[in-house]
Amino acid sequence: MGLVALTFLPLAAAVVIALLPGRNAALLRAVAFFATTLVAGMGAGLFVDFEGGVPGLQSVYESAWFTLPGADVPVHFRLGVDGISILMVVLTAILMPLVVLSSYGHVKERVKEFLFWLLVMETGMLGVFLALDLVLFYFFWEVSLVPLYFLVGIWGSDRRLYATVKFFLYTVAGSLVMLVGVIELIYSQGTSDVGALLANTSELPAWIFASFALAFAIKVPVIPFHTWLADAHTEAPTSGSVLLAGVLLKMGTYGLLRFGIQMFPHAAVDAAPLFLALGAIGIVYGALLAMAQTDLKRLIACSSVSHLGFVVLGMFALTQAGLRGGVLQMVNHGISTGLLFLLVGMVYERTHTRELDRFGGLAATMPLFALFFVITVLSSVGLPGLNGFVGEYMILLGTFEASPLWSVVGVTGVIFGAIYLLRATRKVLFGPVVHESNRRLADLNGREIALMAPLVLLAVWIGVRPNTFIGKTAGTLDALQRRIEDVRGAGDSAAAPSPIVEEEQG
Amino acid sequence: MTATWNALWLVPLLPLLGSAVCGVIHFLCLKQRRADPNATGPIGAASAVACASVLASFVIAVVAFFKLLNADGFTALTSSAWHWIDAGSVSIDVAMVADRLSSVMLLVVTGVGFLIHVYSIGYMKGDPGFAKFFAYLNLFVFAMLILVLSSNLIGLFVGWEGVGLCSYLLIGFWYEKGWPAAAGQKAFVVNRIGDACFLVGSFLLVSVFGTLDLSDVAASVPAQLDAHAGRLALAALLLFGGACGKSAQFPLLTWLPDAMAGPTPVSALIHAATMVTAGVYLVVRLNPLFAAAPEVLTVIGTVGALTALIGASTALLQRDIKKVLAYSTVSQLGYMFLGLGSGAWAAAIFHLVTHAFFKGLLFLGAGSVIHGMHEEQDMARMGGLWSYMPRTFLTFLCGAAALSGLPLLSGFFSKDEILAHTFASGGFHYALWFVGVATAAMTAFYTWRMVSLTFFGEARFDAAHVKPHESPAVMTAPLMILAFLSVVGGVLGLPHVFHVTHLLKTWLEPVTAGGDALLTAHTLSVGSEWVLLGLGSVLALAFAHYGFHLYKRGPETDDEIYGSRPEVVGFLSSAWSLDRIYDKLVVKPLKLGAFLIAVVVDQFAIDGLVNGAGALAANVARRLRVLVDGSVKSYALWMGAGAAALAIVWIFGGSA
Amino acid sequence: MNVPTEHFLLLAAVLFCTGVLGFLVRRNVIVVLASVELILNAANLTFLAASRHHTALGEANLHGPIFALFVILVAAAEAAVGLALVIALYRLKQSVRLDAASELKG
Repeated sequence: MGLVALTFLPLAAAVVIALLPGRNAALLRAVAFFATTLVAGMGAGLFVDFEGGVPGLQSVYESAWFTLPGADVPVHFRLGVDGISILMVVLTAILMPLVVLSSYGHVKERVKEFLFWLLVMETGMLGVFLALDLVLFYFFWEVSLVPLYFLVGIWGSDRRLYATVKFFLYTVAGSLVMLVGVIELIYSQGTSDVGALLANTSELPAWIFASFALAFAIKVPVIPFHTWLADAHTEAPTSGSVLLAGVLLKMGTYGLLRFGIQMFPHAAVDAAPLFLALGAIGIVYGALLAMAQTDLKRLIACSSVSHLGFVVLGMFALTQAGLRGGVLQMVNHGISTGLLFLLVGMVYERTHTRELDRFGGLAATMPLFALFFVITVLSSVGLPGLNGFVGEYMILLGTFEASPLWSVVGVTGVIFGAIYLLRATRKVLFGPVVHESNRRLADLNGREIALMAPLVLLAVWIGVRPNTFIGKTAGTLDALQRRIEDVRGAGDSAAAPSPIVEEEQG
Repeated sequence: MTATWNALWLVPLLPLLGSAVCGVIHFLCLKQRRADPNATGPIGAASAVACASVLASFVIAVVAFFKLLNADGFTALTSSAWHWIDAGSVSIDVAMVADRLSSVMLLVVTGVGFLIHVYSIGYMKGDPGFAKFFAYLNLFVFAMLILVLSSNLIGLFVGWEGVGLCSYLLIGFWYEKGWPAAAGQKAFVVNRIGDACFLVGSFLLVSVFGTLDLSDVAASVPAQLDAHAGRLALAALLLFGGACGKSAQFPLLTWLPDAMAGPTPVSALIHAATMVTAGVYLVVRLNPLFAAAPEVLTVIGTVGALTALIGASTALLQRDIKKVLAYSTVSQLGYMFLGLGSGAWAAAIFHLVTHAFFKGLLFLGAGSVIHGMHEEQDMARMGGLWSYMPRTFLTFLCGAAALSGLPLLSGFFSKDEILAHTFASGGFHYALWFVGVATAAMTAFYTWRMVSLTFFGEARFDAAHVKPHESPAVMTAPLMILAFLSVVGGVLGLPHVFHVTHLLKTWLEPVTAGGDALLTAHTLSVGSEWVLLGLGSVLALAFAHYGFHLYKRGPETDDEIYGSRPEVVGFLSSAWSLDRIYDKLVVKPLKLGAFLIAVVVDQFAIDGLVNGAGALAANVARRLRVLVDGSVKSYALWMGAGAAALAIVWIFGGSA
Repeated sequence: MNVPTEHFLLLAAVLFCTGVLGFLVRRNVIVVLASVELILNAANLTFLAASRHHTALGEANLHGPIFALFVILVAAAEAAVGLALVIALYRLKQSVRLDAASELKG
């Protein structure tokens, strides 16, 4: 029941906001902030109560929903968490209040609608991570798409329409292909229960895997499906970028793991070399893209391509270290790239530009901003002691066990990351103040510090005590890894490995 | 053989705490300055906290040293906190260990570090970033201590990257000028190239040993040698690649001269005494791994010799006093690796220690000169300074004498030991030895050229504007202590022809035993050792004399010596054109690649395809839209026609 | 008197065709709406005729009449909405001619 409340509380708050008068922006913001904070608290509680050592689903809620015609497949309203989704839920829940808080600065018009869509989106995102029924999952998957369409399309910057349409079409194209797979899977297996499908030990058709993988690969995005990302990120308002980077892209990597590797281990083992290559090339490709950018926000968007290459690389290494690193890196990317977008938003609110050449010397005028910026960049380039390093190290180590070549290619990302992010740092913070208007910029205010501080603390915490998070996910991932080993061991002879995902009701 | 000693944590944590306090003070200062531009804020507290924290660390390091002294050689003080990274295939703990090697490093880092902290109080006086400087400096000491104390390779890497970060921040300390920030960036990126090698090396070690605990790895090398010789050699080579970055060895040496953009105490602490020697520490720490791969040792020796030669030959022509010292540091680090190449672990550490003394001293002395000359770094505008700043002058002489290897000073013994080891190894090492000796001669030459240009000859500065003055006691006191150490530091490792114990070698015996066991021992006869000592002394004295007297006339001597060959001058003074070569071979192609990817591949090819698909759909739609004429009746007609068509198909098609 | 079912169907067909013709030819929205009503009532008539045709005497088969009732209901609602739209259209265009509204022209 707790999960239902967690998922639908934002929607309830959205309804409340819709009913309130639009004139009183402060009240609307307070409602949204209160609701998201409450959800964050519930998410944290869920995280604390979650037992990390054991595989399988926990806190499952289930009630009958409807029966699919034709095949008599009962569809249930099922929610639940396991070691993979718990981290995503916590990440979403924690990011949301900060996103709401950040919107105070840049959303001054149509506040009511903005907050409404934000809250609807939270329900959609949480639903994606928690849904344990394919139909329900698909429902939430599509629901989470719509609010972003409006968030970017209405509150975005100049080329927002182009970006919105591009992003929408890309995603919908993938979703439709996935829908075919969803339908085929449900009708051929006679169930839409994710738990049952995960426990299924027979080899499922590879083309269904491919249909899922395509949709997720577009969402991640894995190259060459990445070109929507830079446009969407660049045109989105700060809050949208943060959510896009922090959570929406994670829906893709989460999907690849849950509905790719976990549900289709046979096909995933076969496809692993392809995804390793795409991940590793994505790291380098994204980095080179980022190097050529002159727009700070676009640079960070391109860096996302590179960082998510790490996640894909780690997951498809299919080794213990790789999987753990991949899942942890999803959280890390949410934190560090989320912070970067927040920082870009803050400086944009002051200077109304994102061109690297229009900055310079901001360290002197905005020392606190510089402090946060440098810490965030360091987290993003994977400085040991901060979060990024732990994930990257495990990913590269795990990949090395599976494929030294792609690991070495991935390691070069460590160098490239330093090149483009430090270049950006130098252009923004250092050097003389070239533009006179930059001399009078106000440093960060209390609200801005307060909304970044939790993320910075989290970055340090994960850097120093990553086991708080790895521990929660290890049970599930190790079971998955054993399953993969079984599949590999059985090879084509298709010996049935023992089911590893037990369902736990309640 | 391990003794738990939790106080070990205080050694790095105190400077970390100091750094945090200084950081807070910095922001307090900024706040006060916003209210009143002339306010300085509580900067005295910052320097006091910073110095006190390093001093406290030093005291604890001394205690640790004595604990180790009273225990048997294999005892190590340990303390572990928690599992850090639990990657499944390997588990990495947050743990500290202080053995005999770490204790030497601890004493150097905290001891020299403390002196440089004190010196900085004077040097940085009046700088608006005073408190920030101490925050960075303390953070650096913290990271360096983590590097030295960590029990595993990844813990070491935390410190390794941490010192790199502080180096980045401190090189770019005066970021308003622009180029220091660029120099810091270059240092970080070049180091990252080494770090990438380091990481891959660590993966290889995991694949062989399943652990990254330094002592476990070192101990299990012999057991794994037969099965995994190739992997171990590759791992050793890659780790050395990491060391190349951090210790500015060829081909990754170009960042260090640029790093001189930072304040001079930084150059002394980070880019001479401590951080840049981390690579040497790494190799000695894992000496069995390197000893197991003789080919890698040869590579290390060759790179070391080459770097020593490049550094020394470039230092011959520098006008900037800090650049001379920077290239000299590159060159001296090359010596250390030259020593490591022939398995002279203790000798390398010995040179590391003495180098920390005399090069730290020389940098601080140069800083004192620069300070006294109102931020003048060009030796062409100095000269005759000895009378203006006698304390700086005398201490600088001690450092210069030690660096150039004048007999009986610290540098003489440590350098000689490395060259003797190299000579003893025979074979290809004779060639390396020859390069080392030639480099020693150049070292003596450029060192005394620098002394001569700075302190002797006629005054070439504009006396109307520049009034050279001696630095305050807070700066000269550390100089004197370091001068003393530079002079007498040699007692740590007197050659055995003197019939006394080599203190440092004996002390490090338990650490280096593993590596020594894997190498064939080479010994020199007493006679040849005396000959080498003699040769070293004569060369040093001769070239020191030569350099000193030639340059009394001033910097024009450069033209007299090299004047007829400008291309040689250009080549040498730019560190063999490495920067230009890298620019052509790496930087430009990378920029071009990024441009090609971003514009041609991404915008033109991929997005072209995507937008093309969109345009196609729009085109088709434009043709179809004549059907939608806006008249309800025509819609109804189409609908009716459609219904009729369906009905026809249904009626006639169904019967067929 | 027993009217054969064919007569009802013929009448319904005539009504339907009149309605369709009116719908396609006339421009006045109100007439168009009226034509729609004709079409609907043609359908009603068909339903009732079919119902009568399939029901033996004295049997209670209400399928046809109920359908017809539904259609009447929908037609009423449709007329209400349709006329409201006509009024809105008139306010907007000062005309009740159908070709006045062609905003959806592609």
